[in-house]
Amino acid sequence: MSVHEPAPHDSALLHVTGAARYTDDIPAPAGCLHLAFGLSPVARGRLAALDLGPVRAAPGVVAALAHGDLRRPADVAPVAHDEPLLCDGAIHYLGQPLFVVAATSHRAARRAARLARVEAEEEAPVLTIDDALAAGWRFEEGPRIWQKGDPDAALATAPRRVRGRLEIGGQEHFYLEGQAALAIPGDDGMEVHCSTQHPSEIQHKVADALGLPSAAVRVVVRRMGGGFGGKESQGNHLAVACAVMAEATGRPCRMRYDRDDDMTITGKRHDFRIDYDAGFDAEGRLLAMEVVQYARCGWSQDLSLAVCDRAMLHADNAYLVPHARIVSHRLRTNTQSATAFRGFGGPQGMLGTERLIQHAAHALGLDPGAVRRLNFYPPATGGERSGPGTGTRLRAVHSPALDRSTPYGMEVEDFILHEMTDALLASSDFADRQRAVREWNSGNPVLKRGLAWSPVKFGISFTLSHLNQAGALVHVYRDGSVLLNHGGTEMGQGLHRKVSQVAAARLGIPLDRVRIAATDTARVPNTSATAASSGADLNGMAVQAAADAIRERMARHLAALHQARAEEVVFADGTVRVGADAMSWEEAVDACYLGRVSLSATGFYATPGLEWDRVRGRGRPFFYFAYGCAATEVVLDTLTGESRILRADILHDCGASLNPALDIGQIEGGYVQGAGWLTTEELVWDAKGRLRTHAPATYKIPAFSDRPAIFNVRLWDAANRAETVYRSKAVGEPPLMLGISAFLALSEACAACGPHWPDLQAPATPEAILRAVARARGA
Amino acid sequence: MRIGFLLNGERVEADAPPTRTLLDWLREERGLTGTKEGCNEGDCGACTVLVTDERGARALNACILFLPQLRGKAVRTVEGIAGPEGALHPVQRAMVDHHGSQCGFCTPGFVVAMAAAHLNGDCDHDAALAGNLCRCTGYAPILRAAEAAAAEPVPDWMRDRPNPDDAPPAGSGGAFLPRSADELAAWYADHPDATLIAGATDVGLWVTKGLRDLPEVAFLSGARDLARIEERDGRLWFGAGATMTEVLEAVRDRFPSWAALIGRYGSAQVRNAATIGGNVANGSPIGDNPPVLLALGARLHLRRGEERRVLPVEDFFLDYGRQDRRPGEFLEGIDVPLSAPGLRVWKVSKRWDQDISAVCGAFDIRVEDGRVVRVRTGFGGMAATPRRARALEAALEGRPWDEATVEAAVPALAEDFRPIDDMRASAAYRLEVAGNLLRRYLHESRGAAVSVRAVRP
Repeated sequence: MSVHEPAPHDSALLHVTGAARYTDDIPAPAGCLHLAFGLSPVARGRLAALDLGPVRAAPGVVAALAHGDLRRPADVAPVAHDEPLLCDGAIHYLGQPLFVVAATSHRAARRAARLARVEAEEEAPVLTIDDALAAGWRFEEGPRIWQKGDPDAALATAPRRVRGRLEIGGQEHFYLEGQAALAIPGDDGMEVHCSTQHPSEIQHKVADALGLPSAAVRVVVRRMGGGFGGKESQGNHLAVACAVMAEATGRPCRMRYDRDDDMTITGKRHDFRIDYDAGFDAEGRLLAMEVVQYARCGWSQDLSLAVCDRAMLHADNAYLVPHARIVSHRLRTNTQSATAFRGFGGPQGMLGTERLIQHAAHALGLDPGAVRRLNFYPPATGGERSGPGTGTRLRAVHSPALDRSTPYGMEVEDFILHEMTDALLASSDFADRQRAVREWNSGNPVLKRGLAWSPVKFGISFTLSHLNQAGALVHVYRDGSVLLNHGGTEMGQGLHRKVSQVAAARLGIPLDRVRIAATDTARVPNTSATAASSGADLNGMAVQAAADAIRERMARHLAALHQARAEEVVFADGTVRVGADAMSWEEAVDACYLGRVSLSATGFYATPGLEWDRVRGRGRPFFYFAYGCAATEVVLDTLTGESRILRADILHDCGASLNPALDIGQIEGGYVQGAGWLTTEELVWDAKGRLRTHAPATYKIPAFSDRPAIFNVRLWDAANRAETVYRSKAVGEPPLMLGISAFLALSEACAACGPHWPDLQAPATPEAILRAVARARGA
Repeated sequence: MRIGFLLNGERVEADAPPTRTLLDWLREERGLTGTKEGCNEGDCGACTVLVTDERGARALNACILFLPQLRGKAVRTVEGIAGPEGALHPVQRAMVDHHGSQCGFCTPGFVVAMAAAHLNGDCDHDAALAGNLCRCTGYAPILRAAEAAAAEPVPDWMRDRPNPDDAPPAGSGGAFLPRSADELAAWYADHPDATLIAGATDVGLWVTKGLRDLPEVAFLSGARDLARIEERDGRLWFGAGATMTEVLEAVRDRFPSWAALIGRYGSAQVRNAATIGGNVANGSPIGDNPPVLLALGARLHLRRGEERRVLPVEDFFLDYGRQDRRPGEFLEGIDVPLSAPGLRVWKVSKRWDQDISAVCGAFDIRVEDGRVVRVRTGFGGMAATPRRARALEAALEGRPWDEATVEAAVPALAEDFRPIDDMRASAAYRLEVAGNLLRRYLHESRGAAVSVRAVRP
């Protein structure tokens, strides 16, 4: 069967030969214009005057449009309708698009965009979390507050109290392919090719900007050169600009951001401040916690409310908290509008709590791993469990009164981290290495090693429940080849391969009989973003439904032909068997065609059982949880703060993996991206609000030699308890948070330098590490 | 101007302005869109191409490579890595088999960089691939692919044999392509406002990021006598046009610490283009070589027409963006002593590979009978120019080589330098680390482990 096989990425051959076409590789249609934005040079103020005369006079320029030149107001916001395509007078951040220029070449457009005469009445920008708190700039009326039990009383009586603060930097997506779009005007409306995770939203925003019905706008995405959340809403600007300019000029228009513009214009991962206050008993049992999360959302709302909700939803991570209060401030600032990024707030929420646990272990003189395990949710009971080490470990496992509820009231019924942790600690030789690290550190005055493990429990489903739906369209042609469309987009994660495996398995045909078409709003409408790790869960089920519909029709027809019952028709290995008769798939298809059986079907899926009140913070927002754990060993230099990951061991839960090779790829990549977020990747804005790290020269994602020198990744291959596609689990986001173990290991290495709490801040750049080493030493 | 070269085995002639980049030309004129634009500044490797000339085959970044630099050479893009009948190159096969691509956008650059290393028998994958960023895979499967392909033979079609004499002479059109230092000297004296382009790893960004027009340029890579590395008059001479790859080979045994630093200079693609002369002459306060050259007491050989002068390197850097170079004068070469056993240089940056230093410190310390008998230093990232720390040197010289001396000397750095805060580091960090690099020197001289990269997992 094609599912559970490590088939290569659907485009692997095209990738390695350079033949895979990305948006900007599509040959330019005749007369195509190239667009560039002119950007605001200040972070806050009024646009007093904008003279585009020199822009329009520049060589190659065909048109230049400012807000007032637009036929209709064009908005590019995903949710709140608060992002005019071009500045409407109010300047909100440095890098905000003020106008758009169309020219005969990319370079001519970029050059012309720098020639405008911009007069801005500059005001003091609100840049930092403290600035925003002082100014009272926030989204929603006040902080969101969710509560379980009575945290005040429990904190007041807790034998031990741990308080602290962690500043967590943001993260640039650094998808290798920058944002890009191409709009082609036609007599039926507008066709848009765009590097986006959310074609339906592009369709809606373009239709809105042009005053067209959605049916007159078609959006096509074959593949993206990376997304990571950065193409969930951030492509709207380019697509809408191209469409508006295409309408204005009657010519095709394309646009790609130069990397510096991309980083200056688009949103990034939210940076957070997390204040924590927790009560423990002397053994390290977590009795209560209050976590206050401050998120810097940037100038517009974008997806920030949902991001901040997810940060709150992961403030428990893997730990049962009897009494909890989680407070979330969504702050508005004059910076890029922070947006979706793999994990979507979850990583920040989780890191805050992992830090709290580590801090408590330090304060209580306990092993952090022991404190983690002591506070795990109770193990899953009943249901379908398999895999090694499912023996129970915690006291009172069978007690029906056992508290297994999250701070938001959802019961954690599928918790498998006890047995996963056992397996990881054994396979990584953790205890022996922990001793070896201590010994090594005592003999090394300059370098110090650190070793830590951390768990991940990540909730799977869009927290905006209605987004948990998907559609698919499957055609079987008379020659037996199958064309597959679904609502998900391919950004490298191998989604197309996974859903084609599902289709092949349902139809009992070899994988190479299934072809995947570009994601296209004209074929599958009303899609959700390919986000929230949901791509395979949702679209795989929709494809399954469509394939099953065709298979059932074929079975009915073939059964009638052979005087058998439809249940007796078996599709497997490219052969269709009806009782004792067998025919090739192709023969079966042809027979059905001649029998006038429809060989095309749509499929639809909606995740069952979700119920969520985000204001109260109560309900069941997730279909299930995905789990993982990682142990990381690092070494740092106490003289410079330089560090390196020596070894990472990972055990990750993908349910019954649809494709172990692709899943391991997501885990390896997610880990390194997560570790990068917390180490080398530092975003720096100056006092004027200018992003100083706007290119790979200054913003440093992990490079080749930054991968762990030893990198052991294994799958916890056990069926999902929830009824997902072939009992697999979502894998896109959760592994990113395995990288938290690298940060914790660095903190342990800092702690090995002295008796004090090192209070390492994120990202752990050499400078941050050097400061933490000094704190550990009491300097 | 017209430039002839081999492209994927076929003779082609490009007719383009001299500062047209190979990347733009490939994508826009030739429809060869396999070569990707990831950053347009030579930092991501998505545009990596293979260039072969009489010096061999090497990976280069096409985004900051101007067409005239290719005259008479052979270029192979990702489209030319597979065989004529579509047979996959071993690195391509291995990348498929080992799941080395996810989104696939960085993949063509990786494939070419891997094929270049494979062609040259280079198995140091960390070094060969440091200039290729991937955001999806975490690099693990790419390493597995590179290792798997290493034993496979080099396919025939990878061996380009360009004949520079075959190429039609470069047409005029705003660019001068000297064949020797003498030709350059004569022309530049008459065209002192022209821009000299050696590797284009810096000037390339004036064009791709600064969007500047360069009305008059000279491309120096054809002047091979400018690229000699040899012993001259008891010193080691580096022609200004020697690439950092060539410098790395020349100093590997003589100055291992400098070689280790060069191993982190840009990336393989950047080192294959960048020249030591360019790195010095552009006067950047954060160039990697100047601190070493300061510590070594290097001399710069400047030339204008037939007029030559020799300058200690520290006298060259006058102020930020200002060097002691007269109109029409160019850097012809640099010489350093033949050896310096006491030389240690360390660069500290957020990322190990392909990053710019927050601080770079070089020390040449000679200890005899337990005393510091001579010390020279050079620092980058600490001031508006690369500079010696003369107060620190004075505080060390003549004193016993021990912890007390080092601790007493370190505060002198505050007299030498008043560094700034920027996106790479704070002033306080820079000052502290500059001092700690001296402490590192002492620790290392006493046998302590001081490199996180040398620690075995």
